[in-house]
Order: sequence, then C-alpha cells, then structure tokens
Amino acid sequence: MAVAKVCGIETEYGITVHGVRDANPITASSILINAYINELHGNVGWDFVDETPGNDARGFARESFPPSEVESHLVNTVLTNGARYYVDHAHPEYSSPECISPREAVIYDKAGEEVLRTSMSAALRSMPVGQEIVVYKNNSDRKGNSYGCHENYLLDRALPFGKLVKFITPFFVTRQVMVGAGKVGTESPQVPRGQVPFQLSQRADFFEEEVGLETTLKRPIVNTRDEPHADASRYRRLHVILGDANMSEVSSYLKVGTTAIVLSMIEDGFMDDLDLSLNDPVSSLRHVSYDVSLKRQLRLKSGKRMTALEIQRAVFERAEAYRDGHGLGSVGLEGDGDSVLTLWGEVLDALETDPMQLSDTLDWVAKYRLVSGYRDRNGLDWDDSKLAAIDLQYHDIRPTKSLFYRLGVRTILGEEEVKAAVTQPPENTRAYFRGKCLERFGDYIAAANWDSMIFDLGSDPLRRVPMMDPLKGTRDHVGKLFDESANPAQLLDSLGS
Amino acid sequence: MAERELKKKTTSQRTEDEVVDATAPSSSEKSEKLKAELDDLLDEIDEVLEDNAEEFVRNYVQKGGQ
Repeated sequence: MAVAKVCGIETEYGITVHGVRDANPITASSILINAYINELHGNVGWDFVDETPGNDARGFARESFPPSEVESHLVNTVLTNGARYYVDHAHPEYSSPECISPREAVIYDKAGEEVLRTSMSAALRSMPVGQEIVVYKNNSDRKGNSYGCHENYLLDRALPFGKLVKFITPFFVTRQVMVGAGKVGTESPQVPRGQVPFQLSQRADFFEEEVGLETTLKRPIVNTRDEPHADASRYRRLHVILGDANMSEVSSYLKVGTTAIVLSMIEDGFMDDLDLSLNDPVSSLRHVSYDVSLKRQLRLKSGKRMTALEIQRAVFERAEAYRDGHGLGSVGLEGDGDSVLTLWGEVLDALETDPMQLSDTLDWVAKYRLVSGYRDRNGLDWDDSKLAAIDLQYHDIRPTKSLFYRLGVRTILGEEEVKAAVTQPPENTRAYFRGKCLERFGDYIAAANWDSMIFDLGSDPLRRVPMMDPLKGTRDHVGKLFDESANPAQLLDSLGS
Repeated sequence: MAERELKKKTTSQRTEDEVVDATAPSSSEKSEKLKAELDDLLDEIDEVLEDNAEEFVRNYVQKGGQ
C-alpha cells in the first residue's frame, strides 16, 4: 500500500569568493552559515549518533564508509523551519524539512534560497571591500566536478527494492525532458568536446552505474542508501541523487510531484504490467540529455524502441488510470496529486508539439533559448566562454545578477508563503515539532536530528524525544501542547518523555 | 490548484494577481511575446554578465560534491 509521500529536497550550492584567488570553499561555507546563525542569534548542533549512510538497501553495511563524525567539526545547524543548514564536504547545503506535498517541498526549497541570500548579505557586511561570497544553485563547475540536489521520498518498507529499481529506472532516465536544468556542453570524458553543444541535464554526465551506494563517484541512477531516519520496520526513504537543482518552480514541482505519483503507483502494484525497462539505462540517460530535439529513440529490453517523451507519455497515461481507479490520496493533501497530473499532461503536450513554447516555464528550455539567442545575436561558437558564463550565471540567486530571475519565468508560489517558510515549519509532518521546539525552547535543545530532539534542562540527564514517524508531531498532534507549555519541562512532561 | 494559479513574473517583481490561462493566447501570439521578452533581456545582458567571462568560468571550481 502506498504510504503518504512525505518528501524533501537537499541542495548543495556551488560557492565562490569573488575577489579572492583560490579561496578555501570549506572556510567560505563556514563563514556563510555562521553569518546566518549570528544574524539569528542562536545555534543548535546536529546529532550524528544514529546516522548510517553506509547501510545499503540491498541488505549489507559497509564498515569502511567514512563515519559522519569526520564532518561534525564543521558548521551544522537546525533552523526553526525544520531545515538543516550545514557544510557538507566543501559546499553549503540546505536540506528542507519533511514536507507533506510536492508543492510544499518546492516552497521550502525556495525558502532555502532566501536563507542563502540572507547569509550572503550578512557575510558581505563582515568582509573586506571587494570580496564577496557568492553561491550558485546548480550542479556542476563545468570541469568534471558535480554536486548534488537530492530528493527524498517516504516509502513502504514492504516494497521489494528490486521491484522499485525495475519500475523507477525508465522514469528516472526520461524525466529530464521536463525537469532538467540544462547545460552548455558536456563534461563526460567519453564524449569529444564540441559534440554536444547543449544538453537537457546538469547531472547526466556524471552517472556511471544503474544501482549503488555511492554518491560522490561512480554515481548510480538509483541510490541504495538505506537510512530511513524513521521506523525502519515500516518505512524506507528513497534517496534520489539523479536530479538537477531547479531554479524554475514548475520544473521543481514536476520533478517531485511526478516522482511521488510514480512511486505510489509502484507501491500499489499499478505499474506491474508496464515494463519499460531499458536495455542500457546509463547510456540512455546521456542519450536523452544530449538530444534537445527529443526525438532520439531508446532501446528497451523488450526490443521495442521508444523516445523519452513516449516513455513519459506511457507513464503519465498510467498515472491517469491510477487516479481514476485508485486515487492520488498518498500524494499530498486534497487536490495536490490532481494538480501535478494536470501540469504533467500540459507540459508533455507542449514538449510533443514545440518545446520552445515552454521557454517561460522549464529550466532547460529557458536556458537553451537564452544561450541560443545570445549566440545568434553575437555570432559565437558554442564553446565561447560567454555562453558558459551565461550558463553559470543563470543559477546565480542574487536578484541583481541572476539571469533566471531576469528571464521572468512562470511561478506557482506566492512570495508570502515562501517568506513564511523561512522561519515557520511545515504543519503536517514531524518537522512541525522540530521547528517549534527550536523556536520556543531553542536554548534548551542540546542537539537535533531528523528523528529525535535532545533536551538539556540543566539539572537532569539529557532527555531524548524520539520522532520515528514522519507523520507524527504535526500541528494537529502537538500544537496545543506547545500552546499550553510555558517551559520545556512542561512540554516534556505532557509528552511523557 | 497550482496549474490554475500559474503566475507571470515580470523581470523586476512578481505580480500576485495576474492569472495565466494556458488556453488564452494563441501559440503564435505567445511565441511573439516570448521573443520580445528574450530580446529585451539580450539587450541588457552584457551589463549584467560578470566582467571577464573567461576568468569567471575558469575560476569556478567546485570540488568535493556529492
């Protein structure tokens, strides 16, 4: 049975220090996040005790996997909106709180941009004149280095992992026709420079395996990290590392929304007779990305040939049947699943007739049209560094510099709801409990994690509140307790902790 | 809900009330409008682009990502 598709987006930002040569990105990331923390006057550390990124969904654990303690000396904090904001390897990363719907996940991802913008402004005030830390919401430095935008979805533990891999892979390989963020050129060592002027996806160049545990090398299309941050007997968390960071709200919404629907269909056995398995998913991933005409056919294991769009159309039609025959109750609140489905259909229609109609809607089309227009106007070759600069600057999130924001792309969110999400947690997941604990009693929180909060009330031993169900700790569950608790001791007493 | 609330953002600010009905403008009207908007941005893009494109692209190095 499909479980509620609780979801979230983790974004690693690219970071540079303008005005400084060879700046250390770890230091720059720390300065950036500390500047935000100081702006807010408060810092609660992250608790690593229960993190197990080396556990594999296929049933084994890897001992040599670097323990997460190695990074714990770096800046790491939890925000009152329930998000985690920290230095991950050499990047600032914002992990959204657990959200009940795809739309909410996009709201909290966009709120993350606001957090980064505030951080940049705060850091700028403490830096020498002529220096500025700038972040980019993209996934590649154009020199073969990539960094991720990961999605997370709650799944029923009863779903066999092999079945998930079989049915999600063709969808993952082809969804980039809608949700790719676009890139000028290629970074794949196997492809001669100049052969790919522009591609749909930022990330396709970096994937080498169909399934696996890695996230930094030999990246797999389906990541097997088995770290549910929840009751492992009931839940799985699918950690998706394939996607691009989206600037466009519509692209981001479709990325999370369509994936949530497809995962629900797989859980409910609704895809069982729709076998679109690809002959070579890794090659197909690149073939789809390298073909802006969207005409290239992929070879299926069945011997059939289909384009990426035809595969998306087949999955979409199955999703319509799922809505009619089963309902989309697992995807968000009332009406959320229907909204995703309607937009999915509209975008496929447009991609089938003339993708350029979507240059005010989807990331890759908007970027393609911009670089093509600039190239035509100035008579440039595709490898001109001006086009590469436009590609990077599309992802600048400063309003004055961002080419994305200057393009006037369609939005689906209101400014006010994004602003509120910078400080307020989602109301329908345990993120509500986390965020409210920090807002009300931040001084008494010793550490926080996705699935627990640790209180330090001074005299007693530390008290840990487990949060093993992502759907508990909502406003409905605990809103009244917060209203009635004047101090953290009262809150803990009423929780029975 | 969302697809009925698609809002158009101007280059400087979001307008909250303008609702875009996907069926309203004909396809050719829409592509002319898109072209005009792109031309406007192309007219001003050189003022916004980082001063030295080559150096900007060369110095953008990001190691240690997932």
